[in-house]
Amino acid sequence: MSLLTLENLSVTFGKFRAVDNISYSVKEGEVLGIVGESGSGKSVSSLSVMGLIDYPGEVSADNLSFADQDLLSMPEKQRRKITGSDIAMIFQDPMTSLNPCFTVGYQIIEALKTHDGGNKKVLRARALELLNLVGIPAPESRMNAYPHQLSGGMSQRVMIAIAIACNPKLLIADEPTTALDVTIQAQIIDLLIDLQKQKQMGLVLITHDLALVAEVAHRVVVMYAGQIVESGPANEVFSTPRHPYTQALLASLPESASGKARLEALPGVVPGQYDRPQGCLLSPRCPYATDHCRHVAPDSQGSLERQVKCHTPLDAQGRPAA
Amino acid sequence: MLSFVLRRLLQAVLVLLTISFASFMIQGKLGDPVRQMVGTSVSVEQREALRDELGLNDPTLVQYGRFLGQALQGDLGTSYYYKESTLTVIANRLPATLELSFCALVLVIVMATPLGVFAAINPKNWLSRSILLFSTLGLSIPIFIVAVFLMYFFAIEWRLLPSFGRGDTTQVLGLWQSGLFNKDGLMHLLLPSVSLAFVMTPIFIRLIRAEMIDVLQSDYIRFAWSKGISAPRIYFIHALKNTMLPVITVGGIQTGTLIAYTILTESIFQWPGMGFLFMDAVTRVDAPLISAYLIVVGLIFVVTNTLVDVVYGLVNPRVRIPGYSA
Ligand SMILES: Nc1ncnc2c1ncn2[C@@H]1O[C@H](COP(=O)(O)OP(=O)(O)OP(=O)(O)O)[C@@H](O)[C@H]1O
Ligand code: SF4
Ligand SMILES: [Mg+2]
Repeated sequence: MSLLTLENLSVTFGKFRAVDNISYSVKEGEVLGIVGESGSGKSVSSLSVMGLIDYPGEVSADNLSFADQDLLSMPEKQRRKITGSDIAMIFQDPMTSLNPCFTVGYQIIEALKTHDGGNKKVLRARALELLNLVGIPAPESRMNAYPHQLSGGMSQRVMIAIAIACNPKLLIADEPTTALDVTIQAQIIDLLIDLQKQKQMGLVLITHDLALVAEVAHRVVVMYAGQIVESGPANEVFSTPRHPYTQALLASLPESASGKARLEALPGVVPGQYDRPQGCLLSPRCPYATDHCRHVAPDSQGSLERQVKCHTPLDAQGRPAA
Repeated sequence: MLSFVLRRLLQAVLVLLTISFASFMIQGKLGDPVRQMVGTSVSVEQREALRDELGLNDPTLVQYGRFLGQALQGDLGTSYYYKESTLTVIANRLPATLELSFCALVLVIVMATPLGVFAAINPKNWLSRSILLFSTLGLSIPIFIVAVFLMYFFAIEWRLLPSFGRGDTTQVLGLWQSGLFNKDGLMHLLLPSVSLAFVMTPIFIRLIRAEMIDVLQSDYIRFAWSKGISAPRIYFIHALKNTMLPVITVGGIQTGTLIAYTILTESIFQWPGMGFLFMDAVTRVDAPLISAYLIVVGLIFVVTNTLVDVVYGLVNPRVRIPGYSA
């Protein structure tokens, strides 16, 4: 069953479309990797799922639903009940995402209390259990620690503990390791994948790390300038990319010694608010761009299972269709 | 924490030394103590002798050293006008000023916090805009206009409140003349403390609003929202505590502004406090009293700021508890 469904979701800030008509779905127990260069709308689209887009941002969609409940039309209060319990999110910078004025224990217990309730003793025991679960040594003493007493890796573990406190069915992780030391990154990813398997959560993993996505994701969404240019099962997308952008990303992979390719495959940068080109947004950087591309924006082709947004999707040999 | 306290103490000593030197120099420039002590009938030679005796012909630094030594023993000189120890004169007026400042401060906190928070939470609301407009205007309205305005309506037109003096006082703990414990005293306190609060509130509204807006955009507030916590909890528990930290610090610095405003307020309402005393001392060129006032005020300033730092340290876990080091 589909856990989260987005159909033609857009997020606009005034005239600027930070997220432009994207559609994807996440099933129970599925890992969805979202990749794309900086500014491609990965964070904004996830925040819109959490209901965290502030004024002046506006979210519109033909359908934004979680477990068949329409998130956009439900009352604010009901939505807040789902956020933090059924859908949880962890953020990029663990050192700034915990409130500096409150202890670790307080912040975990607060999440538990908000959604599940219970008396002090039970809550405390559950918080300790969670700290254990995310691999924090000596959890008893960590309960009373303040965020500034923790390292980045520890903070991220605490944030994960808070996010999974109410057994979410879906966890969105927005570049959960970008701010951490390389040695810690793998540990955090292992922890996330372990938890995902153990609890059979849906996991949306936003990252710049293509190699990681290839390793852990069931499905992939590739974003560019607010749009989904390609999506599909991970093995298909990685073996036979159908969009020139994906192809370029993958081409850059083996060259990086560490296997952690940053997404700088094509010359140029993602167009921002003021320099979006006419026609296909990739056309200034696309090696296959034609005049047609520069004037007419391509539609999404295919189904939700396997979509590609290009006039001339690539064939199995990686050549543009005639 | 210990080095923090030591550093703070050293700073305090330096500030006090500077103030004491400044007030010593002012005292030296204001009038001639010998003239104050003896009439014009005394001959020039006799005066010179008296000057020698008083040490007024010694090098400045020696005189300052003596001044400092006496100050450390609690002797800040004798007022020309009251013919009494300046410290005693000031101490008698201290309760009036402290009570006025205290009440004004309470009013400021009670008004500025909800207004500042409201304006930060609802930036588009017309009420928020009015609050902001009021605080902008309030910043530029001089206190005497506020005071005279209030006095005119409440004391003269409507005869609701007394316009000057402190009213009845009660003796508290044997040495403190307080106006807080009887109706007459409180009535007298109302207009001056409201005027004083009125000019201090806008600064704090703006400060709290600005800090709160900053805090509300922080990562930890976004994460708190993502936990599904209720809005009041986010605003008043998660955000407010972080907002108040910088506000406490600025509050300490604003002590100086508050002291300056007490001088004006007390003069307008003839409030028998230190500020009023100071104005009198200036008119009478009562040099020892002026310099004693400056030193006492400096002391108050330093003490409040140190207290504020300590409170800040107690509230802020990042100061209280050493952090993680990689
Ligand atoms: N509050 C906002 N107001 C206006 N524009 C915004 C706002 N938040 C994000 N944007 C814009 O939306 C676009 C997408 O931003 P987003 O943060 O989703 O990118 P991202 O893919 O997450 O990038 P990164 O990899 O750097 O995290 C960017 O151009 C950004 O400038
Ligand atoms: S539509 Fe044209 S420019 Fe856009 S990706 Fe396809 S080939 Fe490239
Ligand atoms: Mg992002």
